[in-house]
Amino acid sequence: MADTAATATPETAGETDTGIRRRDFLDIAAVSAAGIGGLAVVYPLVSQMAPSKDVLAASSTEVDVASIEPGMAIKAIFRKQPLFVRRLTPQEIQMAEGVAVGSLRDPQTLEERTKEGHKDMLVTMGVCTHLGCVPLGAAVGEPRGEFGGYFCPCHGSHYDTAGRIRKGPAPKNLEVPEYEFTSDTVIQVG
Amino acid sequence: MSFPWAKEYTPTNPVMKFFDEKLPLPRLVYNAIGAGYPVPRNLSYFWNFGVLAGFFLVLQIVTGVILAMHYAANAQVAFATTEHIMRDVNWGWMMRYAHANGASFFFIVVYLHIFRGFFYSSYKAPREMIWLLGVVIFLLMMATAFMGYVLPWGQMSFWGAKVITGLFGAIPLVGEPIQVWLLGGYAPDNAALNRFFSLHFLLPFVIAGVVILHIWALHIPGSSNPTGVEVKQESDTLPFHPYYTAKDGFGLGVALLLYFGLVFFLPNYLGHPDNYIEANPLSTPAHIVPEWYFWPFYAILRAFTADFFFIPAKLMGVLAMFSAILVWFFLPWLDKSPVRSGHYRPLFRKFFWFGLIPAMAVLFYCGGAPAEEPFVMLSQIATAYYFLHFLVILPIVSQVEKPEPLPYSITEAVLGSDDKAVLGENAKPAV
Amino acid sequence: MSKLLSIRLVGILVGVFFVLAVLWAFLTGAFAVIQEGELKPATAEHEFHEHPNQYAWSFDGPFGKWDTQQLQRGFKVYNEVCSACHSLKYVAFRDLEALGYDESQVKAFAASKQVPGVDPQTGEATTRPGLPTDYFPSPYPNAVAAAAANNNAIPPDLSLITKARHDGSNYVASLLTGYREVPAELKKEFPDFALSPTGHYNPYFANLGLAMAPPLTTAGQVTFDDGTEATVEQMAKDVAAFLTWTAEPQLVKRKQTGWPVLIFLLFATVLAYLSKKQIWAAAKRKDD
Repeated sequence: MADTAATATPETAGETDTGIRRRDFLDIAAVSAAGIGGLAVVYPLVSQMAPSKDVLAASSTEVDVASIEPGMAIKAIFRKQPLFVRRLTPQEIQMAEGVAVGSLRDPQTLEERTKEGHKDMLVTMGVCTHLGCVPLGAAVGEPRGEFGGYFCPCHGSHYDTAGRIRKGPAPKNLEVPEYEFTSDTVIQVG
Repeated sequence: MSFPWAKEYTPTNPVMKFFDEKLPLPRLVYNAIGAGYPVPRNLSYFWNFGVLAGFFLVLQIVTGVILAMHYAANAQVAFATTEHIMRDVNWGWMMRYAHANGASFFFIVVYLHIFRGFFYSSYKAPREMIWLLGVVIFLLMMATAFMGYVLPWGQMSFWGAKVITGLFGAIPLVGEPIQVWLLGGYAPDNAALNRFFSLHFLLPFVIAGVVILHIWALHIPGSSNPTGVEVKQESDTLPFHPYYTAKDGFGLGVALLLYFGLVFFLPNYLGHPDNYIEANPLSTPAHIVPEWYFWPFYAILRAFTADFFFIPAKLMGVLAMFSAILVWFFLPWLDKSPVRSGHYRPLFRKFFWFGLIPAMAVLFYCGGAPAEEPFVMLSQIATAYYFLHFLVILPIVSQVEKPEPLPYSITEAVLGSDDKAVLGENAKPAV
Repeated sequence: MSKLLSIRLVGILVGVFFVLAVLWAFLTGAFAVIQEGELKPATAEHEFHEHPNQYAWSFDGPFGKWDTQQLQRGFKVYNEVCSACHSLKYVAFRDLEALGYDESQVKAFAASKQVPGVDPQTGEATTRPGLPTDYFPSPYPNAVAAAAANNNAIPPDLSLITKARHDGSNYVASLLTGYREVPAELKKEFPDFALSPTGHYNPYFANLGLAMAPPLTTAGQVTFDDGTEATVEQMAKDVAAFLTWTAEPQLVKRKQTGWPVLIFLLFATVLAYLSKKQIWAAAKRKDD
């Protein structure tokens, strides 16, 4: 009797046979429930790494642009990254408009990259689209590259006076963030 | 390492076969917690708590690693980053409550695991090493939990750190330098907070390592069981999988229901309100208590209120508190009864249910109560019984007690009879 | 064998040592108690301290929800009364959107508060209008100033106050309505009892003498926008509700997340039980 119990139990209850019986169904349901529970847990575990509420809330910046002289630029901070705001001189506007758009790597006109009525106000991220270095040219005395805009020293990307990529490895123009003029002299970014 | 009838792992597909040849991890798992591990067929639900403890260890490591992604161990900002986790981090409040209550559940489960061991004498030969490693795990858990409680840098964190490191100040001559060395200063501050954070991160992995040794040592003699009669034959056992995986799965479900009930509906029930006040080195809370899982030992510490001959009360309390756990290391040699299970030990059973359990209950209660009468006197009586039980009663009872007759085998205990039974077989010493 | 015997012998001796030491402490304590004639000397703090009144809160219980009207009223009480002395440093203006205010209201409120800033021209410390991302400013520049202005009793930050006290919501509401004269009974029973010169008798405060003067004294001290009558009790309850929200803004979300988790677990546990029963059915059989 002891022997039969010992040899019989593992076969009748242990191994899965072919064909779904009530028992198998229950086991499958229980294991699936555990699996679903495990998957549900993954959601908070993953989303906790996304930006927290304070980080998301801090993602808009106001910049006063009144004091920027033509030909000069200021650096502000937007989402913990540099933001370049530059007032273009008439010559710089001319240089930017004198380029055949079709010949550009990332074709965009100066109009498309500025706000209506503020064609002289170039607002871009100060983040090279190649690998994220900060290009030079926003501060006084910094090299502005071969096209008079910005120059990224990391891997030699040259941007023109509209912040468009003209030479070097960067694939795209300097990003223009979402912004608006809340008054003639104040822009709100983000 | 196992019983001769243990099932052999046979890989069913080429990938598993490849693994089995190059790195037999699947085989290891199969033999450790799979169908390849024959387990006594009569384990009760008291045998669930080992697996549950393992689950809560993993839960603590996962939630802890996540909290560490958002927490900053600096006395200036530690409290604020904890609030940042609670308010701004996505699901941060859940992670923190899960971690704080996870510590409590880890201890609940481990205490039940330990008291299972006390009643069924799981510490006896041939399982001494499993027991010793278990006590080491418990000590490491206490150290980890203590340091973790310091991290939010609330009032209880700060004063807990000060009081507990103050225990080392009781050591004659070198006590005070040791306390200053432990804290890296004269009071808990950045230095202490940072080293506690570092060690709180490290120790759980040390615990995981000792848990592996604990399980390894378990697989040499195999699991104990409620009769205390060793496995004799194949009919005494069932494969761990699916029998005990199913039973543990159900137990885990029940434990999680209770645990998440606490996490979502009473998350601060086991905590202390004072820890929501930022640490203030200039003001001690009216009533300092450690977390509930330290209460019995805290009660023992506070029970020694009078100098004993040339030994100062403070030192005596510290000695007693550490000894209260250290005696567990000697249990396998203090209790020499040939019978393991409390079910067959009439005298031992009485002392267990009417002595040890009430004494522990009193110690638990008094450890959380203010240091005033009648709690001090009650904890003194309970402390006296605690030491009497382990160091005096157990050795004497095991000598004088007449155990009740044991079943021949686990099979007989479960099924009522065993064809192979030999009369009086278990009258011989089991060791 | 003799070695094992000696372990037990040493064990018994060590055990007797600890037992004697603790019994000695017990006897010393018992002797002191007998001499004094009572277990615990009665104190006014012990006899006259009262547990908080139990109010009905909308956020109580497993299905509790915020009453945003009440939170807005409580916020107004905090803003017009409490904020004169108490900071709320873990709460940002942006958090107020949870009380039912829209972005422009939050922005306007933030701008009405001065927060510490830096003069962009000179770099000197100055103040500027708040932004939604700023936190509630402290009424005092530092702890020393707070202590100096309040007879050395620093008004605690209120962000977490309802979690930092037992039964916090009831405690805050009870404390704010609990000021009264020192009872005659107390004076009779404890003639030596004296409030500190700056203390105000309040039975809900642990040592009965609260340094804070009654902050809510007259009905209508705050004018509620929703027309609710601003009795002292109403204001106290509303600000307690507001401070419950500041202490645990995720309280409602927590409870609402808890239900699906528990229901799912219950379902999974029942399945696990049935599955376990099935699997074990064969093993429980005597013959097969």
